[in-house]
Amino acid sequence: MNSLIKITARCLRSGAPAYLPRPADGRAWSAPARFLCADVKKDLGEMVKKDKVVVFMKGTPAQPMCGFSNAVVQILRMHGVDEYAAYNVLEDQDLRQGVKDFSNWPTIPQVYFNGEFVGGCDILLQMHQNGDLVDELQKLGISSALLNAEKESK
Amino acid sequence: MKVSYITSLAFIYTHFFSDMAITADHIKDKLIKELAAVHVDVEDTSQNRCAASFKVLVVSPQFEGKQLLQRHRMVNTCLADELKEIHAFEQKTLTPEQWEKQKAQ
Repeated sequence: MNSLIKITARCLRSGAPAYLPRPADGRAWSAPARFLCADVKKDLGEMVKKDKVVVFMKGTPAQPMCGFSNAVVQILRMHGVDEYAAYNVLEDQDLRQGVKDFSNWPTIPQVYFNGEFVGGCDILLQMHQNGDLVDELQKLGISSALLNAEKESK
Repeated sequence: MKVSYITSLAFIYTHFFSDMAITADHIKDKLIKELAAVHVDVEDTSQNRCAASFKVLVVSPQFEGKQLLQRHRMVNTCLADELKEIHAFEQKTLTPEQWEKQKAQ
C-alpha cells in the first residue's frame, strides 16, 4: 500500500518537471500580464488586439520551456519577426487555462495575427513550409526576412 | 484477508491508472469513427512522462475545402475529452488527395 502511494506521488511530481516559473527577463515585450481581476476573457480580448503578432507560450522567446513553443519562436525569428508580444503561461495559471478557453484551443503555444487566432505550432510550421506565412505577414504589414531573401536571389 | 488485500490493491491500481487508457488505438478508433478517416497514424510520444503525448496523422475526405485551422478544430472537437488529459498534441490533417501526393514523393 505504501509503495503504491509512493509510486503515485512520484508520478504526480514528475508530471511537473522543469515547468517552474522563471523570472521574466527585463525586456518590455516579454513582461507577463498580471491578472488581478477574474475577467481574464476581457483582458485576453485586449491582449490579442494590442499587438500585430501575439504568442502565448511556455517560457519566453529568450528561454522557451517547451519544444513546440521554441519552434514557434524559431519560425518567427527566421522570418525576421523580432517584435511581438509573448506571454508566458507558466507564470500565470489563470492565463494558461484562460487562453485555452478563450481560443477554444487545447494546447500551448497559441499564435494570434491582428487579433485573429492562427493556430498552434503545427499550423505555423505548415504555413511556413508552404509559403503562406510570408503572405500572412505581408498582410500585417510585416516584410518577412525570407521574402526579402527571395527577392534578392532573383 | 490476503485475497481482499490484493483485490483492493488491484481496484486502486486500475482506478488510479485507468486514465492511462487513453491509448493510441482508442484515439485512432475515435478519429476513424467520427471523422470518416480513411487513414490514421497515431504515435504515442509520451516518452518517459506520465503525461500522455500524441502525434497524429488524419486523412479524411471531410477535410476537403476546409482551411487548416478548421481541420484542426474538427480533430480537437472529436478528441475534446481526451485532450483534457493529454499533455502535448501534434496533428497533421490531409485530404485523401493530399495524402496520395505525399506518399508519391
